[in-house]
Amino acid sequence: MQLFLEQLLNGIATGSIYAMVTLGLALVYGIMRILHVAHAAVYTIGAYVGLLFFNLTGSLLLAVLGSMAVCALVGVSIERFVYFPLLKYPPFVPLIASIAILLSVEELCRLIAGPQILTFPAELPFPEFHVAGVTVTSTITAVYCITAAVLGLLWVITTKTELGLAMRAASQDMAVADAMGINSHLIVSLTFVIGSAIAAVAGILVGIYFNQVYPTMGAIPAYKTLALIVVGGLGSVPGAVVASMLLGMAETLLIGYANIPLPRDALAFIAMIGVLMWRSQGLLGSR
Amino acid sequence: MSGYLITIATIIAINAIVACGLNVIVGFAGQISLGHAAFFGIGAYTAALLATQAGLSFWAALPCVIAMSAFIGLLLGLPSLRVREDFLAITTIGINFIVEAVFNNFEFFGGALGIGGIPRVAFFDLKLRGTEFLYLCLFFLVGVMAVCWWLTRCWAGLACFALREEEAAAASVGISPVRFKLLAFVIGTGMAGLGGALYAHFMRFISASDFAFPLSVSLLSMVVVGGIGTLWGPILGAFIIGVLPEVFRPLTDYRILFYTMLLLLMIRFQPGGLLGENSAARRVFAKMLPGRKP
Repeated sequence: MQLFLEQLLNGIATGSIYAMVTLGLALVYGIMRILHVAHAAVYTIGAYVGLLFFNLTGSLLLAVLGSMAVCALVGVSIERFVYFPLLKYPPFVPLIASIAILLSVEELCRLIAGPQILTFPAELPFPEFHVAGVTVTSTITAVYCITAAVLGLLWVITTKTELGLAMRAASQDMAVADAMGINSHLIVSLTFVIGSAIAAVAGILVGIYFNQVYPTMGAIPAYKTLALIVVGGLGSVPGAVVASMLLGMAETLLIGYANIPLPRDALAFIAMIGVLMWRSQGLLGSR
Repeated sequence: MSGYLITIATIIAINAIVACGLNVIVGFAGQISLGHAAFFGIGAYTAALLATQAGLSFWAALPCVIAMSAFIGLLLGLPSLRVREDFLAITTIGINFIVEAVFNNFEFFGGALGIGGIPRVAFFDLKLRGTEFLYLCLFFLVGVMAVCWWLTRCWAGLACFALREEEAAAASVGISPVRFKLLAFVIGTGMAGLGGALYAHFMRFISASDFAFPLSVSLLSMVVVGGIGTLWGPILGAFIIGVLPEVFRPLTDYRILFYTMLLLLMIRFQPGGLLGENSAARRVFAKMLPGRKP
């Protein structure tokens, strides 16, 4: 029972991290209908820049803020210089461009920081709990609190502010949004800013959680998060969060208790194809 | 020719065969597939198993290999009838990951050790190696191109083009989306299977990582860089994508970065492909041959 609870806590933590990366992807897909594989590149840059700032200043807060700023800039540059000019082409054209960006960033990180795994020796200023014989480590507390804060903030932005209203309008129909006086290109850029800043936080959290930062850390998330936004319903942010949590828990618990001959990365895709055949619009998607 | 050049030329020829197959699915029928390496792998594994376990010769096994790849292509083409563009892209990525995981984790497929000891192709008593094997690949490449050319002329191909342009309109004039989408998948994956068989007998050792997702990306890049939906595009694309890493070899550590950056620039500034409509090459041709529409 104790083991089960600990596994469950780990599973929720993994799910939270997936959710943070998937969020940005779902936001971008919702507004631009682009499969933003390079989001994982932004997340890798986030981890590296965070580590760099942390080593330079010794302050985790500065590292997070600096990394968010750099990632926001990278995200907007990708949108302005690569995606926007390719919008009128079939969807696989921006998709290939996106994969090329991901591979280039992996190579850049390898050339600049070296191919070895770097450690992220930061202490997260969160308390540790002992409940019913189960230890909730400070890292897990941190992952929960930060994910909850990010999700809450995003919910407020998208539902309670004019920016959120404009974002929803632009994602429904950009031309009509433009006609209503919304600068939809600016809204698209702001969406990339928000999504990329969240990816930076996710990158740093992953770096600290596993104590590893390496050039190809984005490779598996890049494609797994695609499966997650499909399962959640393309463009649905709540769906993406639910799917991430479910996958995080399923992976941890299944690996712990069931003897499955396939690696856990294949499971996400099997689940995805199953869900697609059952509900082709995804869990929370609309037709 | 030196052995080095022959090896590169053979790999390019095999990739060109597989890219032609992908072009039938993506370029002709307009169904995005990012899992084409899976079918290449299915062909290679079927050929390898038939050669090493059943002791069949390359020629006896070839029809089975193509039929097997095409049959699994038919099964996995079924999702395309149910899901739309972006869903299909991600579904095919998923298929690639699952197929690779199955090859890598089941003892029957050699597991992580792969399959070795695949014999060379024999032509009567002559064992094909080096240049002779390259000729064999080129022979099949010409055959595949002939099928593609025929597809652009025959009714089935035209039906696929119509589906690509506007599915609802094509369906309303009596073109069955089910039939022709699946036909494109069967032809395309069959060609991938043929490429896989050649690859298995060329490398003589295969493992699951040879058919991983990055290869699917390269294959789609070949089709898109060359010119999607054109006859010669996949060949040009396979040549460029195959030669670039070799040209950049003197850059040693910076080689892959240059390659991926160049790919990004080509996609960004020539999204229709080098031989596609409105491409620079077409415009030059149009200037050289006035009066003929490009």
